[in-house]
Order: sequence, then C-alpha cells, then structure tokens
Amino acid sequence: MAADGTPSQRKRTEVADVNRGLYDFVKSEEGYERFDDGLSAEVVREISARKDEPDWMLELRLRSLEIYERTPMPANWGPSIAGLDMAHISTYVTAGSEQASSWDDVPEDIKDTFERLGIPEAERTSLAGVGAQYDSELVYHNMREEVAQQGVVYSGIEEALHEGWEDLIRERFMKLVPPTDHKFAALHGAVWSGGSFVYVPEGVSLDFPLQSYFRLNAAGAGQFEHTLIIVEPGADLHFIEGCSAPKYNVANLHAGCVELFVGKGARLRYSTIENWSKNMYNLNTKRARVEEGGAIEWVSGSFGSHVSYLYPSSLLMGRGASCEFTGITFAGAGQDLDTGCKVHLAAPDTRASVSTKSISKGGGVSTFRSSVVVTPAAENAKVSVSCQSLMLDDESRSDTIPAMDVRCATAQVGHEATIGRISDDTILYLMSRGIGEEEARTMVVNGFAEPISKELPLEYAVEMNNLIKLEMEGAIG
Amino acid sequence: MGPFVTNPLHADPNALLSVSDLSVSVEDGQILHDVNLTVDRGSANVLMGPNGAGKSTLGHVIMGDGAYTVDSGAIAFDGEDVTALSADKRSLAGIFLSFQAPVEIPGVPLYSFLRSITQKRPELKMSARKFRQRVRELCESLDMDPSYLTRELNVGFSGGEKKKVEMLQLLLLEPKLAILDETDSGLDVDALGVVSRGIQRFREECDGALLVITHNTRILERLAVDRVHVMVDGTIVAHGGGDLVERIDAEGFEAYERRAAESRGA
Repeated sequence: MAADGTPSQRKRTEVADVNRGLYDFVKSEEGYERFDDGLSAEVVREISARKDEPDWMLELRLRSLEIYERTPMPANWGPSIAGLDMAHISTYVTAGSEQASSWDDVPEDIKDTFERLGIPEAERTSLAGVGAQYDSELVYHNMREEVAQQGVVYSGIEEALHEGWEDLIRERFMKLVPPTDHKFAALHGAVWSGGSFVYVPEGVSLDFPLQSYFRLNAAGAGQFEHTLIIVEPGADLHFIEGCSAPKYNVANLHAGCVELFVGKGARLRYSTIENWSKNMYNLNTKRARVEEGGAIEWVSGSFGSHVSYLYPSSLLMGRGASCEFTGITFAGAGQDLDTGCKVHLAAPDTRASVSTKSISKGGGVSTFRSSVVVTPAAENAKVSVSCQSLMLDDESRSDTIPAMDVRCATAQVGHEATIGRISDDTILYLMSRGIGEEEARTMVVNGFAEPISKELPLEYAVEMNNLIKLEMEGAIG
Repeated sequence: MGPFVTNPLHADPNALLSVSDLSVSVEDGQILHDVNLTVDRGSANVLMGPNGAGKSTLGHVIMGDGAYTVDSGAIAFDGEDVTALSADKRSLAGIFLSFQAPVEIPGVPLYSFLRSITQKRPELKMSARKFRQRVRELCESLDMDPSYLTRELNVGFSGGEKKKVEMLQLLLLEPKLAILDETDSGLDVDALGVVSRGIQRFREECDGALLVITHNTRILERLAVDRVHVMVDGTIVAHGGGDLVERIDAEGFEAYERRAAESRGA
C-alpha cells in the first residue's frame, strides 16, 4: 500500500455498499430433474449411469455407500448436526442443461445467477479460467487459450475421465481422502457429482488464477463436488473456489472433497471465500500432499453456513515441504463454525505456519481447532500457530482447541492464542474523530481481518470487506 | 480572595463552549459536581488541578464519552445544546479531544484513516491530490517521517509519535475547540517542542479555542494563556487570567484543596 493514495488502496478502503440480495435470491426449479430424497444403492447407480462412468468408479461409489451405512454419525465433539436428516436431502439435482464453454449457451436464469455473483466479469478481467457449478452439475467451464496451449487441463472430473485422464484420476481419486476417513467422506464417495479436475504440467506457472464457483440453488439438496488438482514438479498455480446459496427453512448439505497433489518444488495457493446460507451444513474435507520443496498455501474465509466442520489438512511428505495457512471465520447469529487446520510434518526441514482470526457476534460460536503432528522423521521442522479471536458482544463465544503432537526433539514449535473484545476506548477514539459507532466497529473488525484480506486477490478482498460490513450492519443495540 | 471568582460568562455570545451546573456519575457514584466552565471563541484556556481532580473526566464528558452519565446540567457548543449528542456528532460539530493515551488500531493504515475522517466533513472537501499534499506538508511541519502514513494507526508507535499523530489530526480537521488531555505527559524535550509548535499553528491558522488539561505548566511556557480554570475534587474552584499559571507553579494547589475541604465541611 502506498501512502499517496494509489488506486489500489482507494479501492480497498472505499468499498461501495452491496445489496443484501446479492447472495440471497432463488431461481425456480421448474423443469429441473431432482432425485428422490434419501440415499440408496439405486440412487448411487443412477448417478453413475448418468455420468457413463468406468466400472471402477461405480464400485468405489457402492463401496463408499456401504462404509457410509455402517459408520455411525460423529458424536460428542464439535457442533451438533442433529438438524441434518439425510432422509430429507436430495443428493442429485440438475437443470439438465449441457455444459457450456460460452456464457451465451448457459440457460438464462442460471447465467443471471452467475452474473449477479460477478463471475463472468471476473473471468474477463482477472482469471485464467472459470468453472461454474449449479446444484449437482457444472454448467460452464472455460479456460484461456494460451493456458490450454501450455498443457494445463481444467475441466470437470466427469469430462476428464472421458478425455484420457482416467488412469491418473484412478490413481489419485479419493486416495488422500479415502471413503473410510469419516462418515461424510463416505457419503461424498457414494454420491459425488461435479467439481474440478486441474492438471498443471511440470514447470508451468499460471499468471492468473483459475476459479471454480459453486452455487446451490435447490432447497433441501446436497452438493458433493470433487476437486482434484495435480501440480507437477516446479509448477505454480493459484486456485480459487467460491460458494454461496440462497437461504431456505430446510437444511441443505455441502459435503465436498478437495484433493491436492503438490509436486517437488511446486507451489499451489488454494483460496476459498465461503458464503453458504445459514441453513447449510458445511461438512467439507480438504487435503493436500506436498512433496520435497513444494509449498501449499491455504487462504480460507468462512462466513456462511449454519454449522461448519472444516479443517484443511496438509501432509508435508518431502524434505523442505511447507504449508502456510491463513484463515478467517466469522460466526454470526445462529452459526456454529468449527474451523481450523491439520498439518502433518513427516520429513526433515518441513515448515508450517498457521495464522487464523475468528470473529463471533450475535450469539455466534466460533471454534478454532488445529492438529499439528511432527513425526520423528521431521528433523529441524519448524511450526508456528497463531490464532486471534474477537468477540463482539457478551452472548457470543470463541474457543481455541490447538492440539500438538511433537515426536521430534530437533523440531521448533510455537503457539500463541489471544481472545479479545473491542474496547470502549477504541470506539470512543474513532467516534471522537467523527466516525459513527457502527462504522467504527466495522473499521476495527475489518482491520482485524486485514492480514487475511491482504492475502486475497483485490476483488475477493473487497468481497470479504463487504461480507464483514453486511454482518456488522445492525450490530449496534 | 484573589482569583476565586464565579464565572460571569454563561450567556455570553462570545462563548463557544458553556458547561453549566454539570454533574456526572459513573457506576461507583458521582465524580463531577456542578461544574461551570465557559470557553470563548479562539481563546486559550488551561484546566489545572491535582491528580485525580476530574480534569480528564471533564474533557471526556465534553467530547461525549458514553462511559459517563450526565445527572444534571448541560453542555452547549457553538450555540447548540450537545448534552445528548454522541461523540461522533460532537466531533463533526467542531470538538476535538487529543487523547492522553491514543489507542492502537491494527489493520487500519494511518493515511486512509486520515482520508476517511476528513471526508466526513463537507467543509474540508478536497481532491485526493490536494489532500496528499496537505498531509505531506503537515507531516513535515511535525517532524514526522511520511513512512508512518502507511503504517497501522498508532500500532507500535512511541509515546511521542502517537502525540504527533494527534497533532496531525488536529491540524487536518481544524476543529473550533481542541481539548488536549495531558498531551505533554511522557514526552521528551524534542517531542514536546514539536507538539508545542503544532498547538501554536492550530491557534494561528485555525483561530481555534484551546482547553489544555495539565497538571504541570511546562507545555504552557510558549503559549499565551487567556483563562485558567482550577479543578479540585470534581468541581471548578477558581477561574483566573494567565497570571494564575505562574502562581500555581510557585504555590501549588494546596490553598485550593484546603478551601475545597473547608467548604465540604461547612
């Protein structure tokens, strides 16, 4: 940031108001195909048949379903998911349109949805490629020609399976997050649909990010997209995912899965701005495996959902591999967000740096949960975990549950946590300079979130500031 | 009786600020009792008194600090009753309080903060370019390294730097009344000189009124004081001219404290 008020700084500070309706609008489901609620082998076979999958994928789905059925609901830790009744969740909903590579070929109301979310505009100005999923299926996928020419692949997994990538997908699909990982990983394995496959060949660096946006429009439905990204040695990619949904009175479920493979000396930055509506159960699983000298950088903003369980995990398997995790969670009224990360340091000279902020307001509950494991092989590993919480009122709650399992004497491990409130002096100071109380609080919260928003591309930083502003409106008595 | 006179200026049209019969309490009880104080337009006032007399409290109450409850009395500013106004409204009306301990606000760059508080005031409307020049010029006159402008507001600043940031805001916002709450405390000689110059400049350029809260007289050496108000035990016990400063310097507050104790006993 320059002191002379350069355009970038002005953009960051002079953010226009956004309409609350930006995320909360519903499109008709008329003419849509929707599978019956609940789960059965028949439903799973039907999804698979529709995608014309190889046999091994159907077998994986059926095996996952078995695991799902015999695995009990998680109990006694984390937020309650008692309000989630799988018998009332439809696992597959589609508008039935063909996947398009031009927005002109996307059905009008779906195109309108993504336009309101600013996706086509972002694609024109600052992205190398875009994927857009609407309910269970991708409706749009496109990538700049010059990126494709470098051998980069960005498509749906279904397409990639049919376009010569089957062997690679079979080797990696649900290997980092096996169906046995937990009940909702098993569910995901059984009914996954849509998502992204990205392959970046050795030594290729993308100048612009790729972005996938997931929109769940249907009430009482689940979204189970799968993201599989392979960044080959020496390659470099920034991938962004965004997600939102309109609010309903019935529960919606998101149980996506993200598997990231970062090769030797490669770098992958994975940024998420999640703004699910507040009837959403967000039970998402994300995992990265990093080889020698590779780097995974997570940037994670969690604003939406009724309940979230989200702990992106990094397996640092090769010497000098590193993980940087930067996260922010904002829990407002009716939200119980259990977020954090896991890092497994399993090789010498590995590094992990975790920095998170959490904000709770209006009775919201925000819990930071982390698990760091340093194996005996991780000589000279370095870990630092820092988490700061800000509670905006007395009804809200903030907890910090950091777990560290260190089995290597030469490792250096540091942890710090702070929990605070906005002091009256701070508000008086800002008000004494002519700033209204609500704006003063928003300014402090935005400032608190600034270390995270500065990690995001500008458009997303602006979106995050807008989300905070929306959350802060009416925060005063 | 010397300087022990009652304030005759209540309804004076020259009065910028009139505090009348003001009593203020916090949860633990009343801490200001029937305070009367008038500050004329463009005048330099000093509020003196021993530690714990209630001087800072009065400064905060004039600014509109919500931590205090006004039990009775009124505060009029620039012809308007501001007793019920919040601090931001009072600020926009032209009151400025320089904090004894300015707060640190992480993640808010000083420059964009200055821009946003300036933009709150239609009378200070200026182009981005003009604003940039103005801020740079003020920094220079306050011996402030412009690199501070990109840093987070007051975060990690020394005591002297924080007070300079207060002076920078004072000169930028051009209030009608500046309340300087112990602005001199904890400053080294150099920083004190810079702050004194800032105050001087505010007097000359903005023709602003001053209410300097202090318990020592060092900062007053370079200031032509018009009125001195002495506070003891939550009430104003004396008003006088600038000569009162020297007298208090020589004699201290004992005479006032004794008299206050006697009047309580009476």
